[in-house]
Amino acid sequence: MSFYKPSFRHPDSPTNALGLTRKAYEGGISTLCAGCGHDSISAAIIQAVWGLNIEPHRVAKMSGIGCSSKSPNYFLNKAHGFNSVHGRMPSVTTGANVANRDLLYIGVSGDGDTASIGMGQFAHVIRRNLNMTYIVENNGCYGLTKGQDSATADEGTQSKKGKINPFEAIDLVALALELGATFVARSFSGDKQQLVPLLKAAMSHKGFALIDIVSPCVTFNNHPGSTKSYDYTREHVEAGAVVDFVPMAQEITLDQIQGSTQNVTLHNGDSVQLSKLSDNYDPTDRVRAIQTLHEHKAKDRLLTGLIYLEPESENFHDILNIPDTPLNQLDQTTLCPGSDALAQINQGLK
Amino acid sequence: MKATDISNPEYFHKVVDCQYACPAHTPVPEYIRLIGQRRYSDAYMVNWESNVFPGVLGRTCDRPCEPACRRGRVDEEPVAICRLKRVAADHKDDANIATRLPAIPAKKNGKRIALIGAGPASLTVARDLMPLGYEIDLYDENAKAGGFMRSQIPSFRLPEEVLDQEVGYVLDMGVTQVFNTRVNSLREILDKQYDAVFVGTGAPKGKDLKIPGREAADANVHIGINWLESVAFEHTENIGKKVVIVGGGNTAMDCCRTAKRIGGEEVTVTVRSTYEAMKASPWEKDDTLAEGIPILANHSPREFIVEDGKLVAMTFNVVESSYDENGKRTITETGEIVTVECTDAIMAIGQDNAFPWIERDLGIEFGDWDMPVVDKHSFQSTNQKVFFGGDAAFGPENIITAVAHGHQAAISMDLFLSGKSVHDDRPAPGTNLVSTKMGIHEWAYDSQVIDDDRQASAHLPVEQALSSRKIESELGFSPEIAFTEAERCLNCDVQTVFVEEKCIECDGCTDICPTNCITFTENDEEENLRHKLNAPSNNKEQDLYVSYGLPTGRVMVKDEDVCLHCGLCAERCPTSAWDMQKYLYTVTKAGNQPAPILVEQAGRRTKQEEAA
Repeated sequence: MSFYKPSFRHPDSPTNALGLTRKAYEGGISTLCAGCGHDSISAAIIQAVWGLNIEPHRVAKMSGIGCSSKSPNYFLNKAHGFNSVHGRMPSVTTGANVANRDLLYIGVSGDGDTASIGMGQFAHVIRRNLNMTYIVENNGCYGLTKGQDSATADEGTQSKKGKINPFEAIDLVALALELGATFVARSFSGDKQQLVPLLKAAMSHKGFALIDIVSPCVTFNNHPGSTKSYDYTREHVEAGAVVDFVPMAQEITLDQIQGSTQNVTLHNGDSVQLSKLSDNYDPTDRVRAIQTLHEHKAKDRLLTGLIYLEPESENFHDILNIPDTPLNQLDQTTLCPGSDALAQINQGLK
Repeated sequence: MKATDISNPEYFHKVVDCQYACPAHTPVPEYIRLIGQRRYSDAYMVNWESNVFPGVLGRTCDRPCEPACRRGRVDEEPVAICRLKRVAADHKDDANIATRLPAIPAKKNGKRIALIGAGPASLTVARDLMPLGYEIDLYDENAKAGGFMRSQIPSFRLPEEVLDQEVGYVLDMGVTQVFNTRVNSLREILDKQYDAVFVGTGAPKGKDLKIPGREAADANVHIGINWLESVAFEHTENIGKKVVIVGGGNTAMDCCRTAKRIGGEEVTVTVRSTYEAMKASPWEKDDTLAEGIPILANHSPREFIVEDGKLVAMTFNVVESSYDENGKRTITETGEIVTVECTDAIMAIGQDNAFPWIERDLGIEFGDWDMPVVDKHSFQSTNQKVFFGGDAAFGPENIITAVAHGHQAAISMDLFLSGKSVHDDRPAPGTNLVSTKMGIHEWAYDSQVIDDDRQASAHLPVEQALSSRKIESELGFSPEIAFTEAERCLNCDVQTVFVEEKCIECDGCTDICPTNCITFTENDEEENLRHKLNAPSNNKEQDLYVSYGLPTGRVMVKDEDVCLHCGLCAERCPTSAWDMQKYLYTVTKAGNQPAPILVEQAGRRTKQEEAA
């Protein structure tokens, strides 16, 4: 059993603009089951943050409880991190974000942590459009407690022991669209070509970005009858809008052109280049996005890719008029300007 | 690309870089693991089966394995393979080895063979053919066997006891020793009705330097290999105080270090090339410099200066080497002339073959440079009965090459004398591929890769080393250091074997691989495929391991180049589509003698080793 990864890397490992190889973005060796989709997502996060040239210590990894929430230990071990209470990752992230708005917040949650115990927090963090990337590692079961159906398990899906799930599933993407999320995507842990650019776009988005990622549980939910297995997902997946993330300085070249293309410029000048299956699909149109989502569901297809994007939205900091300087960097005289200033304010209220 | 055929014995053999680079294909990782387990006698036998002279080679090998070592491509330096081999020889249990040497049949098979020259090639032939019942006469002009291992390698690098022991293992098989007998006519040998003759006479003629003053200085100008031989056999016991060596190969290094031990006070090596381009092995250059012997690079010999009939100095043109885009070297004189005072000069500028003793009407065809025409695989000459090997076959190489030739020539001689084809009936290599899986994440080898740097071998203090030409200057690894060094081995013989049918394409292996060797992608031509991989794939000498098509239509492509054989791909594989399987490749010897795989089962340390 290996408890650590050898320290040698490929001698010609590419470096990013900071001169760092991907090794600087790695974490500890995973203790999740071999073949877990979560490990692929960790690897995709490493690729995305490295590719965005973000210094590892400018990232905060936030999580709750569950297999998914263990996974921040397996990437970016130079980043900040907070493994919070079950389902409470959004509120801890909100606090951290208010204290230091300069960090990149990556929340990693699971279907239990989000769609069951954390449902309330999930709904409210969307409403507030908190500037963060919210990743749901969605395997449709409680892997850490022997694989019981979770709230995202589809109705009629069969557990490993043969029991049929009688309850309707919560579709986190549909819910997020209803609640006004400004970046909504779905992906599959087994498709990094799609996932990495989506992660880059989500991390560059100013506001709340949800990526619901089907991440098969190899131990409890990868059998025939499951709708969250590798095979089922591969057979039913349909990419609505394939994304290529394009940094501002770079020329736009999309290598997967299918159907028509559309370019959406993000807040910071970077852009998201989309290639779409059909001309009718417009990921900046919320109503059409909801409609397309349901159409695919009715046809038993899993719509993936970038589903909805509102590039210019008011995020939590804008709404609350929080100063540009992170609160944790303000000195005492700025935070507490003294009696004279208070008197002035009071004067103004008279 | 077509899916890789891993049933081809050469595919995985090539992955074991060290073994593949070794002319004798010694299973290096196999014996290194045994050394790590302190099973020195087992490690010794794995070596002995393959290269006959582990103790000699552990001190003197040219080490083609080390530049090939995969660790050298990911770490600063390769595994110290050569010195580990010496550990097996130094710490083996002699009594145990004696019980494991092949049995020699009392009843002979009626075939008689003559071996000319008792160097490594002939001794290897004897080692392979004696157990098959051949009667062998071994001819040599010296009183003891060993050839150039004895005459050219100084005792401070290779102690006589080590050589005597390993030569003894072969001679004690019952080889008829016809020593102190110089063969001056091959016809005479053939007339003795031998069934086959093997010529292993080396490249015995040292090159001379034809520059002004050479003849006048003759009394104090020596030919390197002749001079070393004369020292080894104690015909020469001293040399003048100021010695100049001309030449930059390993013979030059041996000459200067010998001179320093028998009277040379100011010994200088001069070489025409740059320091970097010298032919001597880097470690021999290091040892030379450590003994206070300067190496003057870019010095091209110009003249011997003789005064009153005695050599007093040599002059040199200082030159510059430049290389064109094809790497071709041009040497130009700078005009500067340097004088080096000397009482003696030793020419170590190469050696040639010489066959004045082979009559040209014996059916042995001679080709370019007056070399015999010898088949590259069978080592048979155009006279079917006469075989060549070692330096005598294709010019000067090294001991390990001579051993490899000896094994192959022995196969040919046995086939020839059994009425079989020396080309078509050659035996296939022995191969064995077996899983090392012992549990979910457990392997029967140390899969974890350690970070330790290459261990250095201890040396005697210089003054002590220089006090005698018979004291071995390098002390070798202690068991503790040997263990650390053995653990540096990446176990490249433990292969990553991929089974398409089991793969669910979860990417677990791709994500964990420390060196990004594994990629799942659409298949393509090799050139294009190399561009699609997760990591740069610039080392074209290393193969791509390509699977058959997977359910998603992609293939698995593994670039063998910098795989650490750490087993993480197999540990992260939920379906055991990856497995770590130990591959043992052995060169089959004459008469299909059993491969050293038997050693593995012989296992267990001996009592003496246990006590140590």
